Parts: sequence; C-alpha cells; structure tokens
Amino acid sequence: MSLESDTILTATPRLPHRGQVLKRKCDRCARPATHHSVEIIKGQKIEKHLCDQHASEEGLAIKSIHTPINELLTNFVKVHSGEEPDRPAGGGVCESCGMTFAKFRKDSVLGCPDCYKAFEQLLSNLLERAHEGGTHHIGKVPRRAGAGEQRQAMLMRMRKQLNAAVVGEDYELAARLRDDINRFEEEPS
Amino acid sequence: MNLGNYTDHAGEWLRGAGPHSDIVISSRVRLARNIAGFPFVGRASQRQRHEVLAICKERIVSDRLAPNILWVDLPQSSALDRQLLVERHLISRQHASASDDAPRAVAVGADETFAIMVNEEDHLRMQVLRSGLQLSEAFDQINRIDDILEDHIDYAYAKRFGYLTACPTNVGTGLRVSVMLHLPALKITGEIDKVRRAARDMHLAVRGLFGEGSEALGDLYQISNQTTLGKCEEEVLADFQNTIVPQIIAYEQQARQALMRHREAEFDDKLWRAWAVLTHARVMGGEEVLSLLSHLRLAVNLGRVNRTDIRTINELFLLTQSAHLQKISGCEMDAPTRRAARARLLRQRLGGNAEQS
Repeated sequence: MSLESDTILTATPRLPHRGQVLKRKCDRCARPATHHSVEIIKGQKIEKHLCDQHASEEGLAIKSIHTPINELLTNFVKVHSGEEPDRPAGGGVCESCGMTFAKFRKDSVLGCPDCYKAFEQLLSNLLERAHEGGTHHIGKVPRRAGAGEQRQAMLMRMRKQLNAAVVGEDYELAARLRDDINRFEEEPS
Repeated sequence: MNLGNYTDHAGEWLRGAGPHSDIVISSRVRLARNIAGFPFVGRASQRQRHEVLAICKERIVSDRLAPNILWVDLPQSSALDRQLLVERHLISRQHASASDDAPRAVAVGADETFAIMVNEEDHLRMQVLRSGLQLSEAFDQINRIDDILEDHIDYAYAKRFGYLTACPTNVGTGLRVSVMLHLPALKITGEIDKVRRAARDMHLAVRGLFGEGSEALGDLYQISNQTTLGKCEEEVLADFQNTIVPQIIAYEQQARQALMRHREAEFDDKLWRAWAVLTHARVMGGEEVLSLLSHLRLAVNLGRVNRTDIRTINELFLLTQSAHLQKISGCEMDAPTRRAARARLLRQRLGGNAEQS
C-alpha cells in the first residue's frame, strides 16, 4: 500500500492559543493568519498560513462558513426562489404530507419523514453547507434498520478515520486502518 | 402534578461536582427522534399528536426505563409550573409557551438527570444533563434510553440521512452536545469575543443561560455542536471532551491568573463588592443577581472569599429566578415583591443577617 501519491488538504480554523496561532501572520501579507493548512504531495509536507482574503483566493476558505444557520437558510431561499415558478408541479411538493418547498423555506421545518426523499435534491446543497460538508449519515443505526445498514455505516466511519490518520500523518495507524477495512469488506455480511 | 419538591434544591446538574466543575457547570446531550409513519409535529393533526403522545407515554413511563418517572401533561399545568420547568432546564421555552390545546408533555427522571419532551419540534427530544464535564457518561445514559425506546418504537430513519428530524439542521445523529461554562474572567478581560469568534469558526453555537436567543447572563455560556450529518456521535463527543472544552478552560484560567497578577486590588474589590451587595441588599433584580453571583462564584473558586461554597451559589442561580421564588413563597408575586423576596432569600442562604436592618 502506498499513500505517497495522496494529496490531502485541510483548512481548519483553530481556537486561539495565546501568543501562538493568533500572532501568526499571513504568508502573503501582514494580517493575522486565520487559515492553516497542511498539504502532502508525494511525501512532501507544505504548510500554509493565510488570512481570510488570501485563503479564499487560494480556495482554502470554501469550507469555512461563518454564517449562522438562519442566514444560511434565508440566502439559500433567495438563491432558489428564482427557479421555483419554472419547476414542474410535482418537484416542489411532498406527496405524503402536501408540504411544499416554498413553505419549508418560510418555516425552516419539514412536514414529514418523506419530505427528505421528495426534496432530496433541493436539500443536498443546504445540508452540505449546514453540516461542514457532511452529506451522509455515519452515526448510530437503529437495530431495527438491519445488519446491512449497520455495516455500511461502520465502513464509512472507518474510511473517515483512515482519512483523518493520513491528514494527521499517522501512517502507521493509516496502514492498520486500511488493513481493517480490507478485512471488514471481505467478511461475509 | 407534584413539582413541590422542586423548590428546595437544584437538580443534579447544579451540584457543583464532577470534573472541572469550577468552570464547567454542566454537560448536556440531547437526541432528536421521530416516530415513523407520522408527520412531524408541526404538520400533524390534533388526533395524530394525541396518538404520538399516547405511544410515547406507554413506552416512557415504564420501569424498564427508570423507576419513578414524573410525567407532566403541559396543557394541564399552570404557567408558573411550566416556567419552573424552563428554569430547571427540563423543557424549552418553546415547549412551555406553545398554545394551550397543543398536546405535549415532558417526562422527568427521579434525579432530573434525564428529561424527555414529547411533541416539541420533534416527537421526542430527550436529554441527559449532568454536573461538570461528564459528556461520555451523559451520552452513555441517553444512548441506553434511546435503545430501550427503540425496542418498541419505529423511528423515522433513512440510510443516507440517518435519523430524520423536522429541521434539517438536526438530521443525521440528531445529537446536540452542549456544555455550560462559567467564564467570568474572559468577560472581565474582554477576551470572550475571541472565544465566540473561534467557536463560530469551529461550527459551534454559543448561547446564553437559556439557550437560543438568550443573553449570557451571569457569564454563563452554552457551547454546542451544530453539525449532525457526516460525523458520528463519538467524534463529536471526543472533539468536545479532548479539544474544545480543555482549550476554553485553559484560556479562562489564564485570564484568571492575569487578573490576579496585574489587577489584584481592583479585582478583589469587585469580588468583595459582590459579596457585600448579595448579603446586604434589600431589593434585588433578576439580572443583577446573576451578575453578582457570577463574581461571587469566581471569588470562591479562587479562594478569595470563603464564607460560602460553590454548591450554595449554584443553587442560588436557580432559586432566585422568578418561578422558583414564587413557588418557594407559595404565592404569585408582582415584580417589586419578587425583588424583595429575592434579596431576603440571598441573605438567608448566604448567612447574612436576614432581618437586621
């Protein structure tokens, strides 16, 4: 197994440590650096420390959202409101409960569990922004949901751990996790 | 309904014990769940809400979950009782103030460590609340409760989105982890804004004593996660337990040391004035008391004032609030009467001379 060719990018705003992170200046100007990233290209580690402006120029700040959720919803509403009249009638309504996407945008609550299916496409973008890029559930699975789904969730958790290990440059752990995942995938379900 | 014994003591979470209890008042974990086959509460008919309520009551009020669970039907309880439950952090303001005919309830465990709201924004909102930094203990308890309920209730769940909730900001794990922190020194030194900014950058919400929209009265801040999709429960808990909370604790401790080193006389004066006013005032406002208690709590934690203890102060944060004062006095009181009663209670509990002029 080789991780050499992996390119990993993280841009993590951190809690200020006195005198450390706070005082660090942007690599490109005199403003304090607010985004810190470590990039590994072919085993070479490259650190970057950038201010908000230069981070967004570099494309580092995309995942950092400073907007509270209400504002996010409102902006989301604005972006999509132009498209609504052209949408085919079925697209904006949940057939189970009669909820419309327009009403959701007004109240920020959905009508029933089936709304997630009915509005899946419309919701994806919003969910991703509200949950730090999260798009799929990897947490607890109800026992009644069956073994298959629990396996899926477990696999996704392990892959995420592997990714974190690589980002943290803990290659020993990464190698172990990779083996675990291979073994887990070979087990009969 | 018997809420009578809620007036002479605080819940477990204000005990002032547990790890890091000088700064971490309490740890709370909450799960949002909905029952499959029903619309979410906001879109459910009156009949469906009654049905959900009945299903939940049957499953919650059973010895399998815990002995002696108190079930409170909220439409039938008085506004004062509902306010009492809000002050004790057992129900949300929203749950207390919903319309009179909205079928809803709360189930409370014997020691108040857990509470389950039924028909709030989601069918089930369950929480465990414990003193100090005890997130994994709190999570184990809520997870057990969730497992027991899940044996008989089909939760609304989808493979991609996890546990389905009325608001998409809770979907996935439905888990909200929050710690209540007492950060008076960061407030005094003005560094609290840095914490707020850093927390926002880390996708955390910072709220006041009573959650959403409330001011940080008494220098009490609730910090909670906002991401529930794409992160598993253990990851969120570990972030709080190992990174977020220890960093803020260290930051507050540094600010305390700095105040004692560089502004000692001024700082001591502030602390002793809090003690003086709390033990001698004859009228006391609801916001003023929180800010003075905050300074007194800091004074006791730093050993500058040793005439009372943390547990007493923690309890006073609760007992001096309006609904508690009125329940203790056994009658409804207007605002001026409450201010006098509040001052009297403080003098009694802090050992000042209650009736001497």
